[in-house]
Amino acid sequence: MNHHAAVEEHPVTDPGIEQHPPRQSDVDPAVADRAYRRIVGMLMAVPVLVVAFLVVYFAVPRDAELIVFGANLKMQTTLLGLSAGIAVLLVGMAAIVWARSLMTDEEIVDDRHELSSPPEVREQVLADIEQGIEETGIRRRKLIGSGMAGALGLLALPAVVSLADMGPWPTADLRAQTIEKTVWAEAMQLVNDVNHLPLKADEIQVGQLINAQPKALQDLHGTAYQQAKAKAAIIVVRMDPNTIRIPESRRDWQVDGILCYSKICTHVGCPISLWEQQTHHLLCPCHQSTFDLGNSGVVVFGPAARSLPQLPIMVDKDGYLVARSDFTVPVGPSYFERDSSKDFQDGDR
Amino acid sequence: MAKPAQVSAESPALETHTPPKPEAANPLAGPATWVDDRVGLAKVVGNIRKVFPEHWSFLLGEIALYSFIILLLTGVFLTIWFKPSMAEVEYAGTYELMHGIPMSEAFASALAISFDVRGGLLVRQIHHWSAMLFVAAITVHMLRVFFTGAFRKPRELNWIIGVGLFSMALVEGFAGYSLPDDLLSGTGLRFVDGLIRSIPLVGTWAEFFVFGGEFPGELVIPRLYMVHILLIPGLLLGLISAHMALLVYHKHTQWPGPGRTQKNIQGYPLFPVYVAKAGGFFFIVFGITILMGALMQINPVWLFGPYNPAQVTAGSQPDWYMGFVEGAIRIIPNWESHLWGTTWSWNIFLPGVGLMGLLFTGLAVYPFIEAWITGDKSEHHLLDRPRNAPNRTAFGVAGMTAYGMFWLSGGNDILATQFHVSLNAVTYFMRVAVFVAPVLAFIITKRICLSLQRADRERVLHGSESGVIVRNPEGGYTEAHVPVSHEEAFNLTRHPQLPAQEVKGKLRGRLSRWFADGQVPKPTKAEIAGAHHPQSPALPGEEDAPALSGSQSEDQH
Repeated sequence: MNHHAAVEEHPVTDPGIEQHPPRQSDVDPAVADRAYRRIVGMLMAVPVLVVAFLVVYFAVPRDAELIVFGANLKMQTTLLGLSAGIAVLLVGMAAIVWARSLMTDEEIVDDRHELSSPPEVREQVLADIEQGIEETGIRRRKLIGSGMAGALGLLALPAVVSLADMGPWPTADLRAQTIEKTVWAEAMQLVNDVNHLPLKADEIQVGQLINAQPKALQDLHGTAYQQAKAKAAIIVVRMDPNTIRIPESRRDWQVDGILCYSKICTHVGCPISLWEQQTHHLLCPCHQSTFDLGNSGVVVFGPAARSLPQLPIMVDKDGYLVARSDFTVPVGPSYFERDSSKDFQDGDR
Repeated sequence: MAKPAQVSAESPALETHTPPKPEAANPLAGPATWVDDRVGLAKVVGNIRKVFPEHWSFLLGEIALYSFIILLLTGVFLTIWFKPSMAEVEYAGTYELMHGIPMSEAFASALAISFDVRGGLLVRQIHHWSAMLFVAAITVHMLRVFFTGAFRKPRELNWIIGVGLFSMALVEGFAGYSLPDDLLSGTGLRFVDGLIRSIPLVGTWAEFFVFGGEFPGELVIPRLYMVHILLIPGLLLGLISAHMALLVYHKHTQWPGPGRTQKNIQGYPLFPVYVAKAGGFFFIVFGITILMGALMQINPVWLFGPYNPAQVTAGSQPDWYMGFVEGAIRIIPNWESHLWGTTWSWNIFLPGVGLMGLLFTGLAVYPFIEAWITGDKSEHHLLDRPRNAPNRTAFGVAGMTAYGMFWLSGGNDILATQFHVSLNAVTYFMRVAVFVAPVLAFIITKRICLSLQRADRERVLHGSESGVIVRNPEGGYTEAHVPVSHEEAFNLTRHPQLPAQEVKGKLRGRLSRWFADGQVPKPTKAEIAGAHHPQSPALPGEEDAPALSGSQSEDQH
């Protein structure tokens, strides 16, 4: 049937199916009896373990602890699992030992059958199809066929279109209201994201990093809160103004070396917070994009392509840090509809 | 009233016809007959003595199947308590450290399963461990099928179904670990948000459609829940059924060996041996996953806390099977291009959607590419030893190496801290390694395969070293070699020699010759006969040497 056959010479004759040497349990009834007892023994242990499971379930309190080698295991979980696990394992082992030592060890041989249908069956089916098509009359009345195909095809359209409400459509207007906007606004106070206290410029040390958020976030709850926080989270750092580069256009975005950046990575949106105090580098723990906060947040390493957006800040009359405005560019990952090539790049003034 | 029909006097007495009572010996006969009378059970069941060949590597797919069943069982238990809702609640359950903390209902119910439901934590951990095992078993099973050439005709379709199962297992796993809405899974979802957004042209739309608006919204957990417990399990179930049906129809492949041909199958009968062995193996896999759930903590969500979009932990990583994508996303250079006022985020799209697409497409088309190169249209029911298909084996190892390099890159921060090297250096190294290491792996693997072929040839011709030193009358010393057994000699010369087939086309011809080239020719009849040195001393037992009279085997198509 193929070209191989001629090439595929077998230099050694096929010795035929190997003889299985009889197992110990085949020849020695004592060995077979031992296997038998072993199987029954395993099965008899199962009821004991089931009872143990029930006792643990009802008798061991949920918060009981089990200290093993200094590790604190939850007693109920561990004992339930041990009793059930060993019971299940024993059932499996009993079945396998049974199969291996007592059931037949004789390998048998089956023929493979032809996978394809016999040619006459194929031809018959083709002929039947042909006859069926003929009987539908579709050959003479062609419009039925194309009409049916077209109608069925078109029925996919309502099905697909009815998914159009899966989410709001990110038109330019909606984008401006959602991914291009955060809750930051002029005079919005910066607050610590743990104790929610406003940040006083004087109290921030050089080298310090504070995770912060807008004061307005406290009024939000649930989904609105999560959505707002996913964009508005910031980090506030204070660096020695003499050791960093502040471009002309951003001279009044900072307060005596206190700078504020988006905490959301411009790569895929992880919150960034690994701060190298001496180099002023900020590292994303997810994919290791590294930004230079001493140089307007430009990318110095890793897969992120855009600088970290900087939030323009100032101090209010009481000396607390407040925003000058919202971010000037969208935070988080880039998206198709917006050309990000105009974002701040290293060397921009 | 209708007139009753006249009863003919000579009409034969109607006897009720009852099938003869089965012999009382078989207690199953009664119920079996009842069912068979109605649905033709005996015809449907067919040959319960169907033969399955035995080899440890055939158990890998079984592990995948069994862990899927365990996932269904434990998953049903978890759905009884899990609440797929992102509505905010204030935690008031047993775990005191989180009292009063606002969190989603999903996370609160995951805590309830872990702390308030008896056995809940155990089942959660069994579920997570068997999910890991499911993907791992599929992966290793696929490698087994690849390296033994079991994907060749007539099993190409079943290979493609397998690739489908593999890809869906990854999505299913990802959807599953996103559900508890803890800090780690929320970070994973944030990553998916960025991944979807990076798709050129439709990214933003797809993102808004999947999340029902801006990330995270309130719809994604309920939607992932539907995907996780209905959509993908349904598809998996259907594809697994098709996978098994084709397996039964094709009959299993078998390793070559004495008496085994392309036209037969040798092994143990389904009933009773495989019912006991496979059934028993299910319980063993189940038992081991239960013990893992009991003794090995996994995904302790109460330590991570509820999702907070402003928090992440260092060293956060996805489950192992998404590690290769994670690695690719970490080491990709920061490519972003701009065209007519749009942004193309190659730094996410290529390693994310691109790499997964490449993997699944590459796997799916491989059988057809190899068949196209070799021009081989014959059926294969005997497995290849990997060494006897050196190019395929080398290609497979190269693929594994590339996967491994991407996977290692997913832990570049861990590598950097554990080995005290610069993170940047690890990243730069990996950028090169993902391309260079597979090439090296290919070359090395092919050399190893050819060496093994040479060793096989050597063994057939000269036998094995006996360790017996014989002094001859002249005073010289020689080590006697013991000829290999007839069975072994047959096994080592059984494989088909890849011939360069006649294929059309210049490129195809070149590829075909390259694929078949470089094989160590197996010994011929004459060589084997000639290798029997008359001068070499005979050892006891040599009379058992194989009857080395070659013949055409009759098992070829």
